[in-house]
Amino acid sequence: MDIWNLLIESFPRIILPGLAMTIPLTIISFALALVIAVIVALIQYSKVPVLTQIARVYIWIIRGTPLLVQLMVGYYGPSAFGIKPNGFVVAVIVFAINEGAYCAETIRGCMESVPKGQLEAGYCVGMSYPGIMWHVILPQAFRAAFPALGNSLISMVKDTSLASNITVTEMFLATRQIAGRTYQFLPLYLEVAFIYLMFSTVLEAFQRRGEARLGRYDHGTSGS
Amino acid sequence: MALLEVKNLVKSFDRGTVLKGINLTVDKGDVMAVLGPSGSGKTTMLRCLNYLEIADSGEMTFDGVTYDLSSSSKKDIAALRKQTGFVFQSYNLFSNKTVLDNVTLGLTSGRGTDKKIAEETALRELERVGMADHADRYPAQLSGGQQQRVAIARALATDPKIIYFDEPTSALDPELTTEVLDVIRELAGSGITMVVVTHEMSFAKDVSSKVVFMEDGLIIEQGNSKEFFNDPKEERTREFLKLNI
Ligand SMILES: Nc1ncnc2c1ncn2[C@@H]1O[C@H](COP(=O)(O)OP(=O)(O)OP(=O)(O)O)[C@@H](O)[C@H]1O
Ligand SMILES: [Mg+2]
Repeated sequence: MDIWNLLIESFPRIILPGLAMTIPLTIISFALALVIAVIVALIQYSKVPVLTQIARVYIWIIRGTPLLVQLMVGYYGPSAFGIKPNGFVVAVIVFAINEGAYCAETIRGCMESVPKGQLEAGYCVGMSYPGIMWHVILPQAFRAAFPALGNSLISMVKDTSLASNITVTEMFLATRQIAGRTYQFLPLYLEVAFIYLMFSTVLEAFQRRGEARLGRYDHGTSGS
Repeated sequence: MALLEVKNLVKSFDRGTVLKGINLTVDKGDVMAVLGPSGSGKTTMLRCLNYLEIADSGEMTFDGVTYDLSSSSKKDIAALRKQTGFVFQSYNLFSNKTVLDNVTLGLTSGRGTDKKIAEETALRELERVGMADHADRYPAQLSGGQQQRVAIARALATDPKIIYFDEPTSALDPELTTEVLDVIRELAGSGITMVVVTHEMSFAKDVSSKVVFMEDGLIIEQGNSKEFFNDPKEERTREFLKLNI
């Protein structure tokens, strides 16, 4: 019965950092990641000279190195210049840059799957390139990318646990601290696993609902 | 009066020269049919006239303004495109937009027209092609013939000085071809200048005022529609007509 007491007592002490750190970290990072991703995808789709090459290098580096290493570099890098960075700020920036690279590839792929003829049709009715991107290409790309982006978001909730390595007291670090004091490692880690699972489940539900709402235009219902 | 005059249009792709020096004149009010065997360069020619392809060389005078078809500023190209319409073989409707939005977008986004005015215009053009009842549908919910009629309304909505049609019915089943050809026939009667690439001989014969016959990247013969069909001058033309009528 001790265990139950511990689990109940520790629950708020785990979920509060979840609400105060894990969720804001996820939301802010993912929002920034989407901004980066759209910009990088547009650069590549439009084949902007020089910037396209820079975008390729960016994606190459980010996808080719572990997220944990990126966090460490982001945290200890500034220390080399005598700056003591805030762990949360570093985590937001690193997660955004990391996720931005993956989402950029997703969005670019989906932009390229929109038939080129629609771009040409846009030109032919007198629309500008940005106008066509905004009204025609990006909305379709986002619709197509939605499931993959949803999955990325769910992965990200879990990946935020890595921020514990750079002093961010999110759910996982909070759990580790309690476990270190009480020596009840397994029950507490199972508890935090359950809380991550709840967060992911809620997001999955949103994802499904979002998909249902978006699924209007691409399959015809009647032919007449 | 010549609305469009093309001089010495040359275009090649990796595998060879597709247009080998096209000279073409379209007068205001002309309904010009462009005929020719598959691969003769008809699509490429139309695409060059709207800078969807950049020519190797060639000059075009459109409504008094001369353009270099091998290089032009973005601004000039945009200005030219605002005066022309294009109807594609594969319709190319915006699949994320309703029928109505497909037609208004060139006005609202392309020209900054007020949304309400754009919608009135769009509904009028949709009415003209018999698609006003479907204004709220998405392209995927329409038949090919209906999609092509919407595409025609989209081209009409911006009030172009000329409309290029690239085989507007060749992706359609025969029973849907008629409904689209009827729309184009009605437009021809209303005085809009059109250049229509087509394989529909009877349509070319009945509707066009002028005919151009292309083969292997060259215009072999062009002229008045009646003369072209009744009394073709070139041996190649005669052969083509024999095979296709
Ligand atoms: N983007 C391209 N890249 C390479 N070759 C091309 C391209 N577009 C067209 N061609 C080639 O140019 C030639 C002329 O093509 P085009 O589509 O203009 O012919 P067409 O007269 O319209 O034929 P069809 O009646 O079949 O539509 C063909 O040999 C085609 O393979
Ligand atoms: Mg063609």
